[in-house]
Amino acid sequence: MPNDFPIPLPAPAVPLAWYLILSAILFTLGVAGFLFRRNIITVFMSIELMLNAVNLTFVTFSYRLKQVDGHIFSFFVMVVAAAEAAVGLAIILTVFKNRSTLEIDEVSSMRL
Amino acid sequence: MDGLLFLTFAAIAVGCAINLVLQTHPISSALSLVGVMGSLAVLYLLLGGEFIAAVQLIVYAGAIMVLFIFVIMLLNAGAEKRPTRRVVALWVSLPLLFTLIALAALLIESQAPRTEVVRFGGFSGGSALAVGRALFTSYLLPFEITSILILIAILGAVVLARKEI
Repeated sequence: MPNDFPIPLPAPAVPLAWYLILSAILFTLGVAGFLFRRNIITVFMSIELMLNAVNLTFVTFSYRLKQVDGHIFSFFVMVVAAAEAAVGLAIILTVFKNRSTLEIDEVSSMRL
Repeated sequence: MDGLLFLTFAAIAVGCAINLVLQTHPISSALSLVGVMGSLAVLYLLLGGEFIAAVQLIVYAGAIMVLFIFVIMLLNAGAEKRPTRRVVALWVSLPLLFTLIALAALLIESQAPRTEVVRFGGFSGGSALAVGRALFTSYLLPFEITSILILIAILGAVVLARKEI
């Protein structure tokens, strides 16, 4: 992209690694939320946070490789997340209808 | 300017993510997740992904989070009860969490050289035109399979929401 400004702006550029580290931090926080939280809806939101972190990695590498493929992948991840949210929240509704609870520790009938 | 924007919105994203994990009420967590998604949309813009930033705001922060909040309101979900045995687990897992993040950051730093930087405008192939062209040429088959996936998701949601299950 040509620089349209007559004076070249001093742009302190961000290292590519910072984006990847941010993505790693967000993913780790998502894992932590998935493991710590008891509320089934919050657990589900932690999964969405992990998906978002992976999307950031895809877009970052799309920038690095100067190709649009990473954007396509993160677009597909969003589509899958939307489908997952629809089905998952329907499952949560059904669980709540049958058990009247949202605590994942109390929904353990599949456990040995 | 680039660095300032990145640091601001990265800090917002991390702060909101921490808030998501720490809050006990699901509505607070959902609003934190909206904050994470909004700041990630700004980071996508910085990386040259105009289309994906718009989709992030419309689909993720708009549609999916409205669905979440709708379910939270519908179920009248309250704050979590705090069990007592969590204290030990917290004190063991927090150092492990920091170690994991530090190790991942070290690994990334060692793999990605410092000369690779991100400049706003360094990649302009993320427009709706470019994404649409890739989506309807080289990624046409995955795109069509996605429609089947969405159809199955709709059917699954309808079946699960019936009365007699």
